[in-house]
Amino acid sequence: MSNPLRDMEKPDVIFAIGTNMTECHPVAATRLKKALTSGATMVVADPRKTRLAKMAHLHLPIRVGSDVALLLAMAHVIQREGMIDDSFIAHRTTGGPEFLEHIKQFTPEWASEICEVPAEDIEQAGLIYGRGNPSAIYYTLGITEHICGVDNVQSLCNLALMTGNLGVEGGGINPMRGQNNIQGAGDCGAVPANFPGFQPCGDPEFAKKFSEAYQTEIDAEKGITKVTALNTCGNGIHAMLIDGENTVVSDPDKNHCEHALKSLDHLVVIDIFLTETAELADVVFPATAWGETDGVQTNTERRVQRLRQAVPPVGEAKPDWWIVSEIAKRMGTPGFEYESAKEVFNELCSLSPIYAGLDWDRIENGEYQWPVPEEGHPGTPRLHEKEFKNGRGVFKVIGYRDPAEVISEDFPLWLTTGRRLQAYHTRTQTGRSAGIEYLLPNETLEVHPDDAATLGLAHGGLAKLSSARGTIEIPVKVTDMSPKGTVFTSFSFANVPVNVLTGSGYDPVTETAELKVCPVKVEPV
Amino acid sequence: MLTTVNNVDTERSLKMTLDGEEVSFSDGETIYEVATRARREIPTLCYDDRLEAFGACRLCVVEVEGIRNPVASCTTKANDGMVVKTRTEAIEKHRKTLLELVASENRNLDVNPLSGYASQELTKLVDIYGARTGRFQGKKSGTTNTNDKNPFILRDYDNCISCYRCVRVCAEQEGDYAINVMNRGFHTQIIAEFNNDLRDSQCTFCGQCVQTCPTGALGDKKALRDAETEGEIKKTRSICPYCGVGCSVDLLSKGDKIVGVLPAMDGPANEGALCVKGQFAFDFIQNADRLKKPLVRRDDGELHEADWDEALEIAAQGFLRAKKRYGRHSIYGVASGRAPHEAAYSMQKFIRASFGTNYIDNCSRA
Repeated sequence: MSNPLRDMEKPDVIFAIGTNMTECHPVAATRLKKALTSGATMVVADPRKTRLAKMAHLHLPIRVGSDVALLLAMAHVIQREGMIDDSFIAHRTTGGPEFLEHIKQFTPEWASEICEVPAEDIEQAGLIYGRGNPSAIYYTLGITEHICGVDNVQSLCNLALMTGNLGVEGGGINPMRGQNNIQGAGDCGAVPANFPGFQPCGDPEFAKKFSEAYQTEIDAEKGITKVTALNTCGNGIHAMLIDGENTVVSDPDKNHCEHALKSLDHLVVIDIFLTETAELADVVFPATAWGETDGVQTNTERRVQRLRQAVPPVGEAKPDWWIVSEIAKRMGTPGFEYESAKEVFNELCSLSPIYAGLDWDRIENGEYQWPVPEEGHPGTPRLHEKEFKNGRGVFKVIGYRDPAEVISEDFPLWLTTGRRLQAYHTRTQTGRSAGIEYLLPNETLEVHPDDAATLGLAHGGLAKLSSARGTIEIPVKVTDMSPKGTVFTSFSFANVPVNVLTGSGYDPVTETAELKVCPVKVEPV
Repeated sequence: MLTTVNNVDTERSLKMTLDGEEVSFSDGETIYEVATRARREIPTLCYDDRLEAFGACRLCVVEVEGIRNPVASCTTKANDGMVVKTRTEAIEKHRKTLLELVASENRNLDVNPLSGYASQELTKLVDIYGARTGRFQGKKSGTTNTNDKNPFILRDYDNCISCYRCVRVCAEQEGDYAINVMNRGFHTQIIAEFNNDLRDSQCTFCGQCVQTCPTGALGDKKALRDAETEGEIKKTRSICPYCGVGCSVDLLSKGDKIVGVLPAMDGPANEGALCVKGQFAFDFIQNADRLKKPLVRRDDGELHEADWDEALEIAAQGFLRAKKRYGRHSIYGVASGRAPHEAAYSMQKFIRASFGTNYIDNCSRA
């Protein structure tokens, strides 16, 4: 997030797109509810009638995967009505003139055809966002899990740049991170393009820095993504170390994933349970769990916070860092003589400019939000206040693209996937917590009443749900939560493995899977 | 010495006399806020500083010079030149009588501290004021809802004192409006919509009503399973393991077992709020399915328990073999977005330092 969580109580206008916040980030959503009570106006773009959508002043139930068209038309309206921030564009950005010329062609009428919502509503959305002082954008995976995920994010940036809504209290562009430490995994350099602290692998200066620190010559070019690695298992990739991810259930195209992991010569998995992924491994190590481990994690507002051990580990479970270090030592890899989590974290701080002012003891009370460039620095709750990281904010000229697969005679409905309040991911944790089942005993396919009638589906009855990749059976819930022509389910239940169906395409830049769009056919069983 | 008792800028601020001491305050502050800042202990039952003041319990009353009857300090704004007494003999007697009355209506005064964050408030006040006198004999108010079989929220309204903190936290803090008040006076009852079970209402089971309840009328059913478990309750400050909001929690443990979770009121991300997962989905770590020993795949094709030395050696040799046979670009690492920094950092270092590649990723692409 560019802005701190507490800013969520302060926007004049809230634009929430592709985020089911009351279910996926409930505590953050309470802050938006307070902003609404204090008089904020909210626009929600989401195919489904989510709780957030019901609270909105304007809900745009856009067709899945049509976000870019909506955002281009909103930008068009903002420019046409003279609501742009000329001074911000002139002093803080680059590429403005080209962008402003580009959007002249994308009228709300044009977008209306693609988004399947009235042009007047798109016009209104543009006007409301444009006049907000400030306007804040919130988004989640409904924006990123598309073949055009990067285009979606950059389209949101364009909106914020043209209206000067960056670096201001109560504004900004705010992605809500979905996992407790997914931000931290990136901070720590567990990505193929960056060393710790987002220092690019492709830059020889940083490759040299880490080659020296790690006493090994490291490639001065970025590595492949997990998606590519899974595609080349048995043909390029022959061994894998997976820590705490149930790849088989959470990744798209389940059959492909399973096949890929089975083609490896050597698979080592570290986890707290024998997940579907661990079952395929040659060696499985028991890790200590939350509550048994001292450590650090970074939240969605870049706040670096301490986790603390409350109880002893079960059985012989060990911290992940200890397991990884022991394997490394046995391979003769230098630099793994750690005796505590504190030593590991402090090494990270010594190599990462955004953590340079932090260490284990300094984050005791969790008051720092990175970047913290030097000791004594108070941290950075709000990004881009005076300047952008690379000087100026860059406008991107973007066009609309269809999803990887579109509906057809064979697969006439859109499937979109997501999460539910009471379940978390593949339920390895919530499914093993007493009582949760009382609230959410099983998964259902949400179908609009009109579609249910046309297809002959009964509420509570079983349906066969098929895509180009596979078929699953799932009970039907007839509800107007889903718009006509679109069905929804979560990916949480292993007995309804929706990821057998998804995986039609990937964003060409990030290789993020298009989990939010998948043409399907629904038949009664 | 004004600035030592409060941190308000003395030049621009207003002043009042509190128990004979001059204190400064800012426009808009209530007497209760000023007095609390000046370290006066004024008893309350209906007060939660995250909520709008309600003025229902009348325990926080104070004497104000020039006003005949005592006023509720939580709803009365401080005025310049006001002279306030927080603890006169008459006020303290009034408080004791009130507490005796409240206590007379409740079945239990002693509830297990695992009930919730604020569950000891009434008990403590009754003891401080020596109000267990049994001076008032009368009917018990409220009716326990034993029909609601939900596994999380105990609804023992025999202990309800109609402070409405639960109703207010649900509305003001959560924006859910799942519970409300039925009837008035002695017959007041807190209900979910249409007197249904909570599951059939707007309730999201965030547990905030439980945590703000000052009497244990609402209790954490899950934590209370361990009410009889041996051992002191230990608190450990940590962070919720679910989404990216990063809510601060206090883990409650007895011996080797986590028995419950309290929201941290001073948590920077959540300021006391939690959701159903953070509040109630903590016991997965004690599930019998937890991996307890390393496993290795033997010649029969099955995974078998092994000791650490053997498993680590097999893991290490496998990677070395792949490197030798297929080159250093044949090994890939996937770090977790769920495990702490130390896991992700050591994973990326393992790949980079062992193989000199950037063949490392995490689960953020799916």
